[in-house]
Amino acid sequence: MQPLFLQGPSVTFRTILLVVASVVVMVADHRWHALETVRGAIESYVVYPLRYTINLPSQLVEWGDKSLSSHEKLLDENRRLQEQQLRAQVSLQKLSVLEKENDRLRDMLGAQPKVGELVLVAEILAIDLDPYKQQVILNKGGNKDVYIGQPIIDAWGVMGQVVHLGGFSSTALLISDPSHAIPVQVSRSGLRSTAFGMGNSQLLELRYIPHNADIEIGDVINTSGLGGRFPPNYPVGRIISIDRPAGESFATVLAEPVAHLDRSREVLLVWHKLQVKDVKPVVQSDTVKGKKK
Amino acid sequence: MRSQNCYRVVIPTLIVALMLHMWPLPEWLEYARPEWMVLVFIYWALAMPEQIGVTVAWVVGLLLDVTQGAIIGQHALGLVIIIFIISTQYQRIRVFSLAQQALVVLLLLLVKQVLVLWVSGMVGQAPDIGLYFLPALTGAILWPWIFILLRDLRRRFTVSRSF
Repeated sequence: MQPLFLQGPSVTFRTILLVVASVVVMVADHRWHALETVRGAIESYVVYPLRYTINLPSQLVEWGDKSLSSHEKLLDENRRLQEQQLRAQVSLQKLSVLEKENDRLRDMLGAQPKVGELVLVAEILAIDLDPYKQQVILNKGGNKDVYIGQPIIDAWGVMGQVVHLGGFSSTALLISDPSHAIPVQVSRSGLRSTAFGMGNSQLLELRYIPHNADIEIGDVINTSGLGGRFPPNYPVGRIISIDRPAGESFATVLAEPVAHLDRSREVLLVWHKLQVKDVKPVVQSDTVKGKKK
Repeated sequence: MRSQNCYRVVIPTLIVALMLHMWPLPEWLEYARPEWMVLVFIYWALAMPEQIGVTVAWVVGLLLDVTQGAIIGQHALGLVIIIFIISTQYQRIRVFSLAQQALVVLLLLLVKQVLVLWVSGMVGQAPDIGLYFLPALTGAILWPWIFILLRDLRRRFTVSRSF
């Protein structure tokens, strides 16, 4: 029997259909966050093998560097690290006493005890993403129980949070991305604010700070823990400039992140609320103002 | 027969293009990185519009969205539109000289980037405009080499007789 339609739908018709499909998919992804599983599946089964291959040369160089470095150099490094470890151990002793004291005092006050945090070391893959977005790819994903919205820190401070999850890798948004905001607190005065990224790995902007607020250049800002996304009291940045323009209702306050956003290779994934597994990301610029302030 | 044969060459070139998108570059070069995937796709759409049409473009665009961490559908929309333009004009573009073709490619790349920028702007994530269109320029400059390389590849594997 002859098929009824010899030609499929015309190119114009198909194009219109695909444009409509694109719009639907974009709305579903951006507004409803409905496509995270699809993204995760494509990421783990199609894109991750490519990412792994691209990362191989830099991994090889690193491995070569390690296996070819001289005995003397390794001994030197070993000695240095042991010294560092000893010093850290000493300060840790003091810290553990303080922590116990703090717990006791909190107990006496009837306050909620502090929750311990679980961390996992992850490595940033040597992969370039869109240069207009401050994102990194980590080599840990769903296989290590990473979740969307999980905070990441490095040895110096808070770096960002996980926004997309693959099976063996995850994408993290840095605190310097223009669509990222993090609730912070000035450690000296207790002033609360929100630090927004500016698309520059060296700058953060603290918004909605009145002219007469107690804030000075050099102040350290920590995470406040409000919003529940980031654990409290991790260092975020240092205030580097305060401008109080007459006629404006808020001061312009700029801070410099303390985390090495563009230099760290190893980061820590933090589990501070183990039961929370299915939080939706609140990083898009239009929702963030309402939710995180 | 011919359409089965064609994917043997097209798919590896697309994979290589996708990898070039993610390949780590020094920071000063990052803003000039051409959109390899789009360039390679434009070539295949010109060489065999029968097989490489808008539907394949959409699927490849989605893949590009996931790799770039963009909103899913953003690059797909741009790619579909420019492949649609090619599917109506390919007979004209094919007879152009390489320089003229490079100009057409520049226009196509600009159209795609404007569409992507438009979507980013609508969701409030518009990037700095300063160097934003530089990739289109580098892409157009690289077009003659990409064209010759892919044409030779296609001839070696005798994917299709035309073009």
